[in-house]
Amino acid sequence: MKPLQNILYITKPGAYLSKERETIHIRLEEGPDVKIPIHGISGIVCFGTVGMSPWLMGFCAERNVAVTFLTDTGRFLARVHGPMHGNVLLRRAQYRTADVADQSGTLAAAFVTGKLYNCRQALLRCIRDHGETPALRETEKLLSDRIRTLTSVEDCDTARGMEGDAARAYFSAFPDLIRKSDPAFAFSGRNRRPPKDAVNALLSLFYTLLVHDVRSALETVGLDSAVGFLHKDRPGRPSLALDMMEELRPVFCDRLTVSLINREQVRASDFLTNPDSGAVTLEDEARKRVLAAWQKMKQETLTHPFTDEKIAKGLIPFIQARLLARHLRGDLDGYPPFLWR
Amino acid sequence: MLEADFLPVSGMQHMIYCPRQCGLIHVDREWEENRFTAEGRVLHERVDEGGEQEKSGVRHCYAMPLKSLSLGLFGVADCVEFHKIEKGIWHPVPVEYKRGKPKLIEADRVQLCAQAICLEEMLHTEITEGFLFYASPRRRETVPFDAALRELTRQTAMEYHSMMESGVLPKARYRKDRCDRCSLFDICQPKAKSARLWLQKRLSEDLT
Repeated sequence: MKPLQNILYITKPGAYLSKERETIHIRLEEGPDVKIPIHGISGIVCFGTVGMSPWLMGFCAERNVAVTFLTDTGRFLARVHGPMHGNVLLRRAQYRTADVADQSGTLAAAFVTGKLYNCRQALLRCIRDHGETPALRETEKLLSDRIRTLTSVEDCDTARGMEGDAARAYFSAFPDLIRKSDPAFAFSGRNRRPPKDAVNALLSLFYTLLVHDVRSALETVGLDSAVGFLHKDRPGRPSLALDMMEELRPVFCDRLTVSLINREQVRASDFLTNPDSGAVTLEDEARKRVLAAWQKMKQETLTHPFTDEKIAKGLIPFIQARLLARHLRGDLDGYPPFLWR
Repeated sequence: MLEADFLPVSGMQHMIYCPRQCGLIHVDREWEENRFTAEGRVLHERVDEGGEQEKSGVRHCYAMPLKSLSLGLFGVADCVEFHKIEKGIWHPVPVEYKRGKPKLIEADRVQLCAQAICLEEMLHTEITEGFLFYASPRRRETVPFDAALRELTRQTAMEYHSMMESGVLPKARYRKDRCDRCSLFDICQPKAKSARLWLQKRLSEDLT
């Protein structure tokens, strides 16, 4: 498997990126310029007022380096991509499968199975480390029950319904995963656009980063990230990326959020609340720390449950994308969701 | 056949090595570089610059474009040597450069023979032999283009075309001598199992 490459996060306002031979030249408003070889970089994520030359954008497209622009609060703005990758036959197979109800239903159920399994795994880990609470045990039971039912589900609406119920139950047990009693980290359910508390701010940031990674993994293997199975097509929405996100969220985002808080790597003072909108965001220095933690988490190694390869966690989206492509092309008899151990 | 349906000659050696590898590269457009392919690429940088050179009755033509109507192939020859027969008459001989030592020699021979058939059609001549040049040990090997090799080449080209037309890749089959050194091993996953059985088994084990 290819080595895990780095994603360059540019968070300094006013930074300007350009191409200089084989390197990315970063000019900052203050301080010396930075030059980074493009070799070893698989993506660039720019936050806020960061500029980039068209030559560098073209170079990134040619080298298959994903470039994404986000607002300084992490909302998606734009993405640069070059010619389409991969195989037109694969995309046709993807569209055909999406049009057949029971085939797309089976896939939708597989994504939800992965999600519920991994949510349950997150609860079990907490029970193992810190003992059980009634909410954790009850939700764990509900999830097990749903996973069993899902094995025979072949229609999208049923899969969607089960996903919704299970997500509500999971997030109602989520506060029990957080071991800090600081009221700054109180959590009463998922909210977004904008996130209204510290926990939601972290979850939203990590979901945005994960969409970016999953989307580029899907497009690297030649899939169309806009045509999903669980998520219906909607212009401008990366539905397939959202499908695959479901099973990966607990593994990448929820887990990191919980452990940053429990290990006191983030504190109440790291968060700012906008007095008008109520939006909670990370203060600059803290965001840098959080992004570093995200990168570090992706370097952790594990054994992939289906392929049995030892890999860096950050490669999971690529392997899952590849497995999905193989299934759609008729090379593999089903899609094996990532089951976390 | 439309000229747009012509296939690259380079796919012929992949077809012989493993039709699935050929499908992954040419149908699925996958390409993963490993040490072997990187060394091959560096070796080719010299010859791909193109140009001509003449030395003691042999003219070397580098990066020569090739095409065959009967095989439906196109490509570029590393090097075609033109040997001087008499004043004004030069005989073409294809030469292919390979890294390392001779391995699966049949693949290299078929690729060379396909190049020869292209040259025969393009230059209205008959070519009886060509050379394979292996970088270690630095050694060139003469390949006679006999009836058996020509037949294998035509057969391979036909199978190559029918796979490309159907877009269906042959199923993966693990073969130790080939798979372990293939740069597409991780993509091909010749040892992969059934996803359905795996999922059923994992869920029934973990949910009890």
